[in-house]
Amino acid sequence: MDFRLTDERQMLQDSLRRYLTDTVTPDGIAAATDGEAGFDRTVWDGLVEMGVPAALFPEEQGGFGGAGFDLMVVFEELGRAGLPAPLLETVLVGSLASSEDLIAGQVATLAHAEPSSRYDLSHVETRAEQADGAYQLTGRKAVVPYASATETLLVSARLNDKIALFQVQPDAVQMRDYPLNGGGRASEIMLDGAAAQLVQEDAMDALHTAFARATAAQCAEALGLMEAIKALTVDYLRNRKQFGQPIGKFQALQHRMADVLIEIEQARSAVINLCGHLDGPERDLHVSATKNLIGRTAKLVVEESIQMHGGIGMTQEYALGHLAKRLTMVDHRFGDADHHLERFIRLAAA
Amino acid sequence: MDLSFTPDQQAFRAELRAFLNENLPARLSDKVRRGLRLTKQDYEDWHAILNARGWLGVNWPVEHGGTGWDAVQRHIFEEETTAAHAPRIVPFGIAMLGPVLMAFGNDAQKAHYLPRILNGDDWWCQGYSEPGAGSDLANVQTTAMRDGDHYVVNGQKTWTTLGQHANMIFCLVRTSKEGKKQEGISFLLIDMNTPGVEVRPIVLIDGEPEVNEVWFSDVRVPVENLVGEENKGWTYAKYLLTHERTNIAGVGFARAGLSALKRIAGEQMDGGKPLIQNPFFAAKVAQVEIDLMAMATTNLRTIAAAAAGQAPGAESSMLKVKGTVIRQTINALTRQAVGPYAAPFVSEALDEGSNVEPVGPEAAMPATQAYFNNRKLSIYGGSNEVQRQIISKAILEL
Ligand SMILES: Cc1cc2nc3c(=O)[nH]c(=O)nc-3n(C[C@H](O)[C@H](O)[C@H](O)COP(=O)(O)OP(=O)(O)OC[C@H]3O[C@@H](n4cnc5c(N)ncnc54)[C@H](O)[C@@H]3O)c2cc1C
Repeated sequence: MDFRLTDERQMLQDSLRRYLTDTVTPDGIAAATDGEAGFDRTVWDGLVEMGVPAALFPEEQGGFGGAGFDLMVVFEELGRAGLPAPLLETVLVGSLASSEDLIAGQVATLAHAEPSSRYDLSHVETRAEQADGAYQLTGRKAVVPYASATETLLVSARLNDKIALFQVQPDAVQMRDYPLNGGGRASEIMLDGAAAQLVQEDAMDALHTAFARATAAQCAEALGLMEAIKALTVDYLRNRKQFGQPIGKFQALQHRMADVLIEIEQARSAVINLCGHLDGPERDLHVSATKNLIGRTAKLVVEESIQMHGGIGMTQEYALGHLAKRLTMVDHRFGDADHHLERFIRLAAA
Repeated sequence: MDLSFTPDQQAFRAELRAFLNENLPARLSDKVRRGLRLTKQDYEDWHAILNARGWLGVNWPVEHGGTGWDAVQRHIFEEETTAAHAPRIVPFGIAMLGPVLMAFGNDAQKAHYLPRILNGDDWWCQGYSEPGAGSDLANVQTTAMRDGDHYVVNGQKTWTTLGQHANMIFCLVRTSKEGKKQEGISFLLIDMNTPGVEVRPIVLIDGEPEVNEVWFSDVRVPVENLVGEENKGWTYAKYLLTHERTNIAGVGFARAGLSALKRIAGEQMDGGKPLIQNPFFAAKVAQVEIDLMAMATTNLRTIAAAAAGQAPGAESSMLKVKGTVIRQTINALTRQAVGPYAAPFVSEALDEGSNVEPVGPEAAMPATQAYFNNRKLSIYGGSNEVQRQIISKAILEL
């Protein structure tokens, strides 16, 4: 048993933290979210140069990492910085199609969820039709991150009763692009007989794997967000004075902050559990266990940190606001705490 | 024990309902129900409609143009107006300043300001909090120095709700630095058009500029704008806070929120069925409903005591804590209900008549916004920690 990072991962963590501390600013995030791409291209290029996408894939896919703990190191740092970037999309797409271009920094996204699919991965109404050897897709895809900036667009659709995966030219579809709570952008995608290339005919298993990996990455990102929020809040408790003393001297707040710390350590253990089992037989059980715990903890951390800040915690200008919104949104992607509780019960009974 | 309303009270409810049916413009109730942005004009329109019927001064005695209603009637009014999706009455003039002027203002102040509140001539805002004086309100540092027949005011207020709409602000200012902090505070009415007053917006996490900073530099305020006696402002402020805390339970808002939650969870599909049929989700909705049913009675118990002439005491702290927790729970469940569509943020879609379509279900973005915005409920009006402190001192005597 050894819970320390390997030297390589430690180096990656250190340099990533330094880089993000130096380059990510609240103004930069706000400007990027209002901009066209939804993320900061300069920061992104820097990440690519550091080999961050390569760390997400194993050697046989051209990378130098790809294990659960590689995802954990990278995404925890992204979370700490509160950085919106299409890197979860890199994880998704790279586990479904070629990762070569992704490692070189290409922006890619997967359009799978639909307006009424909620968190059900098997709910796909978009249809694929074949005519003269070519495929055409018709349907609607919901809240597709960074679609307007994407170079590669993967789309799932029903083909002969199976869920298949296609590649579509981004300009072959109609998009409605918008900003997101917590930063970044996404689109509603309308496919009306869009020309498509078949990537995989029966893609459900591959989709499950892709979503498991992306969920692990997202949970690690949530953990980083929690750590950043904890640091801000502890700092505030030490410095904010009311009634002639730091509010951190009030026992009512001390105990609650102690609970927040306990729950964040639990969240870290849950993320470690998931990342350690990501390539094992109990993967899905751990996906649901961790996503459930992260969802619950995120809510606690957000609500307690805002409360203990008082009014300042409610403002857009103070750093907490962005982090808190970003952390809240974690429960609205890849299944919320209830969805995974239900799934955990099912899987644990099997 | 008798849980029923008297025939008179029931008749009163029917009268209110008929009035709302006739007079609450669909345009306004529609905006409130859909969570659209309310403008200054919207609030003013609604105030004028109520005032025309003599029902704006809900908590005012008849002699000052108010309704003269007792606590139960006010409660029924709150229930009916929230159920009908009426805009809320902006509290600063009606609920807060009015009672203070009636209790401590001089005749000239009452004659001048009270009708102006009812007629909508003045929009008041509350200048209590400062950067260094939040929970520790007695720590206000904004000074008012006497100079002939004026005070000269310097300092900064903050978190001033809807100050961008206001032309008048009532302030706690420091007129003495001697003795206990509480003893050097005065209650001053300031015209915001006086030179030296500057209002700067603060945008909250839901993206709305709901509060403001108000800065004062050498603002000259006539001495006749002092309420009551110099250095007695703390007493008046505390009196006002007890009024701020009536209806603090927010049962009406919680009920409206709960029925919206059920509607939304009935429309959202989850695994082929409406979300409200998911036992995990349904259980949480049921639990908060059960809490709310008990809360409504806790509220009525306090109201009955108040109607019987007991001054609201530490019980209102109980109502504040439980009432806000229930509302925040409903907000969190509503956000959860809208699923992935909680994420899109298209601010323009909240403007009345906007041609920007919402993304996903129309209820989604307002649900997320309300969740973030209503974190304020447990912070302002005396934070829930401060309320618990009051309960442990005043009720438990710990
Ligand atoms: C949306 C909004 C609107 C507002 N509108 C107005 C307005 O119109 N006019 C106005 O004057 N003010 C307004 N306020 C200000 C509000 O009243 C203050 O935010 C509130 O009093 C808390 O003060 P603070 O924000 O400085 O927090 P602080 O007092 O710094 O509190 C920070 C944290 O410490 C806790 N704490 C403080 N003291 C203790 C203690 N002794 N024991 C345990 N815990 C403690 C608090 O509960 C809180 O969790 C508004 C605030 C908000 C958020």
